[in-house]
Amino acid sequence: MLNYDIVIVGGGPAGLAAAVSAKRSGVESILVLERDKELGGILNQCIHNGFGLHTFKEELTGPEYAGRFIEQLEEEKIEYKLNTMVMDIADNKVVTAMNREEGMFEIQAKAIVLAMGCRERSRGALNIPGYRPAGIYSAGTAQRLVNMEGYMPGREVVILGSGDIGLIMARRMTLEGAKVKVVAELMPYSGGLKRNIVQCLDDYGIPLKLSHTVVDIEGKERVEAITIAEVGPDRRPVPGTEERYTCDTLLLSCGLIPENELSRSLGVEMSPVTSGPLVNECLETNVEGVFACGNVLHVHDLVDFVSEEASAAGKHAAEYVLNGAKHQESSAKDIPIVAVEGARYTVPKSINPDRMDEKHTVRFRVGDVYKNCYVSVYLNEERIIHKKRPVVAPGEMEEVVLKKEELAAFSNLSQITVKIEEA
Amino acid sequence: METRELICIGCPMGCPLKVEMNNDEVVSVSGNTCKRGDVYARKEVTNPTRIVTSSVIVEGGSLAAVSVKTKEDIPKGKIFDIMKDLKGVKVQAPVHIGDVIVSDVAGTGVDIIATKNVL
Amino acid sequence: MYDVVIIGAGVSGSASARELSRYKLNVCVVEKEEDVCCGTSKANSAIVHAGFDAEAGSLMAKLNVEGNQMMEELSKELDFHYKNNGSLVVCLHEEEKPNLQELYDRGIKNGVKDLRIIDRDELVKLEPNISDEAVAALYAPTGGIVCPFGMNIAFAENAATNGVEFKFDTEVTGLEKKDGSWVVKTNQGEIETRYVVNAAGVHADKFHNMVSDKKLHITPRRGDYCLLDRSTEGFVTHTIFQLPSKFGKGVLVTPTVHGNTLVGPTAIDIENKEGTNTTQEGIDELINKAGTTVKGLPIRQVITSFAGLRAHEDGHEFYIGELEEAKGFIDCAGIESPGLTSAPAIGKMVAEIVKELTGAEANPDFNGSRKGILDPKTLSNEERAALIKENPAYGNIICRCEMITEGEIIDAIKRPLGAKSLDGVKRRTRAGMGRCQSGFCSPRTIEILAREHGVDPAEITKAGGNSKIIVGINKDRI
Repeated sequence: MLNYDIVIVGGGPAGLAAAVSAKRSGVESILVLERDKELGGILNQCIHNGFGLHTFKEELTGPEYAGRFIEQLEEEKIEYKLNTMVMDIADNKVVTAMNREEGMFEIQAKAIVLAMGCRERSRGALNIPGYRPAGIYSAGTAQRLVNMEGYMPGREVVILGSGDIGLIMARRMTLEGAKVKVVAELMPYSGGLKRNIVQCLDDYGIPLKLSHTVVDIEGKERVEAITIAEVGPDRRPVPGTEERYTCDTLLLSCGLIPENELSRSLGVEMSPVTSGPLVNECLETNVEGVFACGNVLHVHDLVDFVSEEASAAGKHAAEYVLNGAKHQESSAKDIPIVAVEGARYTVPKSINPDRMDEKHTVRFRVGDVYKNCYVSVYLNEERIIHKKRPVVAPGEMEEVVLKKEELAAFSNLSQITVKIEEA
Repeated sequence: METRELICIGCPMGCPLKVEMNNDEVVSVSGNTCKRGDVYARKEVTNPTRIVTSSVIVEGGSLAAVSVKTKEDIPKGKIFDIMKDLKGVKVQAPVHIGDVIVSDVAGTGVDIIATKNVL
Repeated sequence: MYDVVIIGAGVSGSASARELSRYKLNVCVVEKEEDVCCGTSKANSAIVHAGFDAEAGSLMAKLNVEGNQMMEELSKELDFHYKNNGSLVVCLHEEEKPNLQELYDRGIKNGVKDLRIIDRDELVKLEPNISDEAVAALYAPTGGIVCPFGMNIAFAENAATNGVEFKFDTEVTGLEKKDGSWVVKTNQGEIETRYVVNAAGVHADKFHNMVSDKKLHITPRRGDYCLLDRSTEGFVTHTIFQLPSKFGKGVLVTPTVHGNTLVGPTAIDIENKEGTNTTQEGIDELINKAGTTVKGLPIRQVITSFAGLRAHEDGHEFYIGELEEAKGFIDCAGIESPGLTSAPAIGKMVAEIVKELTGAEANPDFNGSRKGILDPKTLSNEERAALIKENPAYGNIICRCEMITEGEIIDAIKRPLGAKSLDGVKRRTRAGMGRCQSGFCSPRTIEILAREHGVDPAEITKAGGNSKIIVGINKDRI
């Protein structure tokens, strides 16, 4: 049995930042376990630019952004294992992992950071009717084929879903010589960043059809045509609005799902909204000494925020190891943060005024597009934040900053509420 | 006087910009929350530019392809010329971040550089 | 000259091939697809029916009960996944209890063992998530579930090991009688044989009608299904049917042998014999009906939906036997549900018919046992570590949803009638069968397939033919 103070499951942007931060917080014995053949996770296939403005004050591509953190990891001499799959995590923090060289092996950890990332929603989960030929890919699978292996997965493309990966792939496929005919989006708004609509669709004259979905897939062997139709307010197709596109490829960019199979078997409590663990402001789950960060916790819009969150998780994991910080024991003083009226969830789901840093950023997403609205925070019944926002949308993460002094000064604080208030 | 509306691509905020124009002359920019927006707007209405990213085949390395980008932004109209120049480009491992893969791509004066280490 | 040509490598054709390999016969299976188990056999309820459905005295009833009784032992001999989980036909209306009794009586006539009608209390104990409306159920402890791919592939592999030849991508286009034997015309040339077994599923009427004036008519009856994630394991443990009634036929809810939950099928008669497309109406119907017999079905956990075609002959009966009007032509037609259950008995019956006709001697080299693909999950950690030491490929997880290793995929490719395509790997190993539906593993599986077959990755298909995954290299058209 191997022994490490902190085992980090996942060597993508979250795992890397957590590892570096834990090391810089004073923990020497850290092991990062990565299932792929290199560190960096999904950033390796995100070869477009636009990463790192917050973190490095410059625009980097995904591999460059990952490269910066990998460099830090190497500088800090943090150990990692590649091509290594974590098979199980027991509640006594014994991690069972496997790779070609070492076979099945166990690691006793004092603290664990969950940083497994997320997966894409598949065609099957979307209940799209039609045949099941080749030529249907999640956008991320196509991204890997094109960007990392140099293969074209198709020539004429229809994209369902306007999430960022879908928009980015519309441009990538176009640049590499494919014809992207249309991007259909079920919702009346895009799930991606506005700038990606400009520089990935508008730049190339690719139409975006909001409130549309795929109603038929033709082709027995390879996709031959895709039919899309407009959807009504109930998101059901409106008969008579069908448009048929001959094509050989359907890309799906219809949402990401945190990959929490390991967390569940470990007994970590989950949020039904995010499909990620419920955590306090230390990013600790209900299982003591088990922390979560990045897209396994909740799906982020920007990797910079993943790094920031993961650094915090790494720091708190280090505190747990070094000081035996028993967060669970002080949990009676945790104040629940409740998301209502437009706000779908918050991370964290609770905050402890005694324990928290001077300031704490609470992140959340909204359930709909709201224009000229206010992001509000209430301590019990009293409103302490009322931030005007010209527009908020589900595709982008929102944040509010809570101050320790404000929370500590409030007597009988029993609940913090985050909501969207219309003007 | 003519007004053009843009979405800033300078950062993920995507600010809605308004550019007041007088015969190809930018009179004013509004709607931006930072300097970056002003710069973007002035460029976008006169000489729009983009960073182009792609990947090229790498031989003898641990990976099949290496990701690349234009070192600086290039005129938008040159995007497809650059892709044509990248067609068939193969490099030998090792490649390091920042290595020049193609210099002065498509006559833009801008180099294509690697964005990943492939050893 | 072959002794026997079997048309179709589905479960009936493959079971027949395996049973025929017990004799000194030169047998060939021709299949129009690139692999075994590509038609009706791959898309069905995967149920081992107890045998109370089919009409008493019918061949269907007889082979169903026989097949059911053979299944357990066969699953051990051929190493495929089978579970005797028992089935329940749930009655939702007090006034329909007589129909339940009728089903019970028919089951008894058919020779189904251990059948019982149980009351609501017992039903709730067996299935806590049963509908509040349920009043009683017919409990068939002999009911089971099976991996349909596993069984079909096991039959075919074992047949191949015992000398049966398989020709894939070979579509039969005509049949001609010549000098007392048959000329089977295919897209790959002509094949001569003394006997023809017609196990062509939904296409069996076409071949029958080529040689007979007594026409068969098979309607493809489409059934849509939804498959739920393994996280739903345990939601139900028995196969739950709804008692057919004036309120409709209902859909079944069943666990699969791998821990998923399966809901379906619809029943829509169509004309297109390749019409395996799901429809919005079909999926909607499933979602609406799925909650009838059980409560709180986590239908949002669906990971894929698919459709299969039952080969429904107008007479709703199995037609197995040599044709009077076309000597040497043996039908194995009209094989719809409970065809999968009956397959072991169907194979046996076909082989006996051929043996009678040919007087073939037993094959002394026949070996009826087959070892399936090693599943490392069945090993202890120590055994698994030893396995990886011996073959490191078993330490490399390719499909992270189903935790399938490179070792298993290589085994699937290299064994007899090995996998050539992504779907071939999927049906043999479950790589790509999980919640991400091959999003993560397909590029890596393509790499392994290409490497093991010594071809370019661009040659690898999803399921043969033109189902290519990769259509070119970057920038090749600019």
